[in-house]
Amino acid sequence: MFDLDKWQEIFNTIEKNKMRTFLTGFSVAWGIFMLIILQGAGVGLQKGTESQFRSSATNAIWIWNGQTSKAYKGSNSGRQIQMKNEDYDFLGTHIDGIDKISGRYNLWSGNIISYKKESGAYSIRGIHTDYQTVEMLTLVKGRFLNEHDQRYSRKCVLISKLVDEALFKHGEESVGKYVNINGVPFKVVGVFDDDDGRDDNMQVVYVALSAAQRVFGGGRNVNGIVVTVGDATAEEAIEIENEMKAKMAARHRFDPTDERALFFWNSVEEFTRFRKLFASISLFVWVIGIGTIIAGVVGVSNIMMIVVKDRTKEIGIRKALGATPRSIVSLVLQEAILITAFAGYIGLVLGVGLLELISDRIDTPFFRQPEVNITVAIGATALLVIAGALAGFIPAQRAASIKPIEALRDE
Amino acid sequence: MLRILKFKCLTNNNVMIKLNNIHKSYQTGNNSLHVLKGINLEVNAGEMVAVMGSSGSGKSTLLNIIGLLDVHDQGDYYLDGNLIKGMNETKAALLRNKFLGFVFQSFNLISFKNAVENVALPLYYQGVSRRKRNKIAMEYLDRVGLLPWADHLPNELSGGQKQRLAIARSLIGNPKVILADEPTGALDSVTSSEVMDLFQEINQSGITLIIVTHENDIAHKTQRIIKLHDGLIDTDHKNGRTKIETNAVFAI
Repeated sequence: MFDLDKWQEIFNTIEKNKMRTFLTGFSVAWGIFMLIILQGAGVGLQKGTESQFRSSATNAIWIWNGQTSKAYKGSNSGRQIQMKNEDYDFLGTHIDGIDKISGRYNLWSGNIISYKKESGAYSIRGIHTDYQTVEMLTLVKGRFLNEHDQRYSRKCVLISKLVDEALFKHGEESVGKYVNINGVPFKVVGVFDDDDGRDDNMQVVYVALSAAQRVFGGGRNVNGIVVTVGDATAEEAIEIENEMKAKMAARHRFDPTDERALFFWNSVEEFTRFRKLFASISLFVWVIGIGTIIAGVVGVSNIMMIVVKDRTKEIGIRKALGATPRSIVSLVLQEAILITAFAGYIGLVLGVGLLELISDRIDTPFFRQPEVNITVAIGATALLVIAGALAGFIPAQRAASIKPIEALRDE
Repeated sequence: MLRILKFKCLTNNNVMIKLNNIHKSYQTGNNSLHVLKGINLEVNAGEMVAVMGSSGSGKSTLLNIIGLLDVHDQGDYYLDGNLIKGMNETKAALLRNKFLGFVFQSFNLISFKNAVENVALPLYYQGVSRRKRNKIAMEYLDRVGLLPWADHLPNELSGGQKQRLAIARSLIGNPKVILADEPTGALDSVTSSEVMDLFQEINQSGITLIIVTHENDIAHKTQRIIKLHDGLIDTDHKNGRTKIETNAVFAI
């Protein structure tokens, strides 16, 4: 039911009471504005922290070669433990719960890779195909390394965007070309990008593990093995890690309690710890947000009660002239709702606008892309509007139902 | 908004207000203040009546009860033949809007509305459209000589102008009765007399007027003077002589 005349009356009242309207509106707009800024900052913090994890799988367990630190069954400590292709095969078939698995054979920096007159020193990683998923590489062009590359030890190489830019000048197409790696020609099959932007993950080319071992004299050695555990919980991941430790200890005959024979790093555990941190951050943001809302509700309620008190005499006059209680209540309420909704909207727009403005300018490791859940923002605005309406309703109802002479006596 | 209210009609259509044994007391904490102690009164349509009495005699309370701004505790009140009983605020609001106009000592104008809007307000509650009610309001402003001040706010007007504005507002709803509570209480004698002239003019047009005042010269510009004393009608003079027996007789 749209009563134009009533709205005219309301607009008329608002227009003639600018200060009151401004104060009510300001407190609502400010509450919403602060809520959005805080929520946005919280999200920014969370996203920043999360992005630290985005560059590799968050469900991975890494194993590196080590050196025993304890004597065990007749072996002295200080013995090198070297994992081989057989360990890769063994883990892949003997451990339950493993989703993806890859060996890694590293040739650290200092390998000269050249194309025509351009050359550079990069590290080389021999990998199984699963590794590309574990490291969360993104393909810029061409293709990833595949099973055939591994099976036939093809001399194929996946180069980073950085390497591509360094070797292939003037926009020359790299895919399909041959580069020399330590004097051996490898065919470029693809170009990748690694999200974390860390240099040591970009100054890298990937080749099939078998090719790396064959070409660069690695024999059957691997430097490390990485597995992912699907969506296992932290507890399950630790269980899998322990099982791997025990079985590897048995295979390589070292003390299962020896922490240095093979190094394990369980990112699930790490990630779970961070997830708890995220949860705390997010809880913190909510606590502050709810606090802000409560402050807003109290503020709006207060103002509405004062506004109605302020209008008691006016209400008395209107009643003497024939206003029904209902018309009084709806006049006060509609005005309250109009002001709070409009002011809430202003606060919403300003808050979101400010976040958008700073979002593009701020990109630090632990704070990026602040944004606000628009449902939450609108919900909060609605809550304030309802609170304002309720806070206005109770005194308005009271003022409307008392005898007019009492309202008129109010000074 | 406007509904035709159906009430039991009395036989005597000429009686606008009829009060039978009206009592009213106020609770203040544990004390009960008995303000009206049995008022019997009849006011005919078209009469112009002054209600006098010292402060605390209950004259304002009586006016408020007649004006449905307050409710009586005991007794029967007939307004234009309609028994006022167990009335809720909504019904009372409709009756006030349709039957009654008010003029107060402190004017009771809405400070943020200009003269036209103040005068037009009763018509808003009758559901008259904005343009139409503002036009009618202009006519009433003209009638009380305030047309040049139409878009002035109340605080830009003198006391006499404010009261004329309030009178215009009381007239616009086409009431049968206008109730004025000390309408000249805040005015000097010249403007008081102007306001009383205006009231007499209004009365000429057939509207019943009840004016509460404590000023003798104001009261003597009416046709009938009712004096209250301690919650009862002490004397009731019409055309300068005692009209009916007093409540005091009833009390004995």
